Amino acid sequence: MTAFWILATLAVLSAIVTILHRSPVYGALALVQTLLLIAAMFALLDAHLVAFLQVIVYAGAIMVLFLFVIMLLGAEDEVRLEGRSALRLGALVSAVALAFELATVVVAKRVDGSALPASFGSTEALAERLFSRWALPFELTSLLLMVAVVGAVVLARRKA
Amino acid sequence: MTVPIGHWLALSAVLFSIGAVGVLLRRNLIVVLMAIEIMLNAVNVAFVALSRHLQSMDGQVIVFFVMTVAAAEAAVGLAIILAVFAQRRTLNADELGRLRG
Repeated sequence: MTAFWILATLAVLSAIVTILHRSPVYGALALVQTLLLIAAMFALLDAHLVAFLQVIVYAGAIMVLFLFVIMLLGAEDEVRLEGRSALRLGALVSAVALAFELATVVVAKRVDGSALPASFGSTEALAERLFSRWALPFELTSLLLMVAVVGAVVLARRKA
Repeated sequence: MTVPIGHWLALSAVLFSIGAVGVLLRRNLIVVLMAIEIMLNAVNVAFVALSRHLQSMDGQVIVFFVMTVAAAEAAVGLAIILAVFAQRRTLNADELGRLRG
């Protein structure tokens, strides 16, 4: 329980820093911290492979891509923080709506900790699911990645 | 492990709303993309917590797919940002209104 509160507080704080910091570089670094904290939460929830993937794929590959683009384009600070008033109103309304949702969702039901199979969250168990029940979505994922690679190359080459 | 499932879902909702506010408030395209990443991760937290709660690995498989989609989205999104910057020399979403009717 203590671990949850520490991780949750830090994750929320660094997520707020991510969206509010004027410099995109510091925002990206705060986002890396958020992602690592979420990886720790996954480990806390016995999802060990997913926790490793979170560190390697998210905090590693994706965030390096982000930082690379930020450095490439020059890390210009934003002049003003707020958007147009209509967007500000929309943000406020959605924040209130989500807060209301929070109030209704917090029920005192505990995560059932009994009789967890030893293989829960292991690479083996996840792979077994992935290549049997979820085999078709998995193949579609490879198609998606190929389209993304081709799209990125086409977009990047057009101007050059 | 005695954290109530509601706590995990509440944390997920808080992170998701932080990301949503970031998308709505910030004008820098890169920061908007990063806020979207926060939203995706918030959903992942809910998936993993429910996977643990229901003792079913399916939630973790879906997180795997979400990560794949996020990687594809980041690659294409950043390529679009590079192309936009090469043409317009700005990353401010308010100045990119050419498609507005």
